[in-house]
Amino acid sequence: MEYIIIIIGAVFVNNIVLAQFLGICPYLGVSARVSTSIGMSGAVMFVMTLATIVTFLIFNYILVPLDITYLQTISYILVVASLVQMVELILKKVSPALYQALGIFLPLIVTNCAILGVTILAVREDYGFHLLEAVVFAIGHALGFALTIILFAGIREHLDLMDVPKGMRGAPAALVVAGILALAFMGFANLV
Amino acid sequence: MGQLQNFSKGFIKDNPVFVLLLGLCPALGVTTSAFNGLGMGLATTFVLFSSNLVVSLIKNLIPAKVRIPSFIVVIASFVTITDLVMEAFLPALYDSLGLFIPLIVVNCLVMGRAEAFASKNNTFSSIVDGLGMGLGFAFALTLLGGVREILGAGEFFGLTLFAGDGMLVFVLAPGAFIVLGYLVALNNIVKKKLY
Repeated sequence: MEYIIIIIGAVFVNNIVLAQFLGICPYLGVSARVSTSIGMSGAVMFVMTLATIVTFLIFNYILVPLDITYLQTISYILVVASLVQMVELILKKVSPALYQALGIFLPLIVTNCAILGVTILAVREDYGFHLLEAVVFAIGHALGFALTIILFAGIREHLDLMDVPKGMRGAPAALVVAGILALAFMGFANLV
Repeated sequence: MGQLQNFSKGFIKDNPVFVLLLGLCPALGVTTSAFNGLGMGLATTFVLFSSNLVVSLIKNLIPAKVRIPSFIVVIASFVTITDLVMEAFLPALYDSLGLFIPLIVVNCLVMGRAEAFASKNNTFSSIVDGLGMGLGFAFALTLLGGVREILGAGEFFGLTLFAGDGMLVFVLAPGAFIVLGYLVALNNIVKKKLY
């Protein structure tokens, strides 16, 4: 039950894109087509879960005992960057099909603030997560990202066919659409 | 390109937020008021200025293959400095910016300028570029925060402009996207008139 609440909270109430403003760059950058946004969501889920496990262990078993938590930012970004490289190499060798699908999205993920944001949030004291809860927390946020980016890509595919005023074409119209989507997600506030 | 042009391009012509659409996460996340926007903008300016300075100084010492990880370490060091200094001297602002201070590391704007400008140009141009782009970012965030604060709370930098409740939605998440959308459109029009 606890885990279900964490997932619902992460997907709907504290949606990573529309409520917490993390991962906006890929959200706007790769949402032009539904197929690419599905690929991006898969890559984000994969890296976010792995990165949360690794950084959670590093934070609680290396940084906290040695009292060097101020190194959190530097160590996390290095973990995320090297993890992405490693995942890329392993995928290429083990599963070329999956590499084909996720390959081009992996390098982009290093500067995806959603990954770093979730790994930092997962060790916050006021949540007091243990490892399994932190993993569920990461999966929930990745699902939330997937849901919003796929919905958004679906709307944008239709938006291309619309007669949008000249100055609003492209990014401005997409941002207003994202705002309306955020308005819809506000309906989930206080759900949990 | 003259240094003045190099400095001023960050405000309208190549504004990081309105034109390049970089660094949107902090731009949307912290701009509930003009003051928060300005604070975030200046923190980013400091990091951008310092990382451009260091990257342009060490650009010839780093092998091309490991330049991206090296840049990330340089940036992360300055972000940690900013984080600790703000926590010590500006605790109230630090609390309201929260998670977005450590996230300056993954602000594509900082990485983008290090890679696209500082690693190819001399030190002085890089400093000017960092300062111009950073202040352009601060300008965009202050504008966005100001519009949201005026519409949402009827205040500007904490001064009451009109009494009564504002339109709360502009302080909340949807307002951020919508106001930014219209500001991008406005910037497109102004840019077309000027250049």
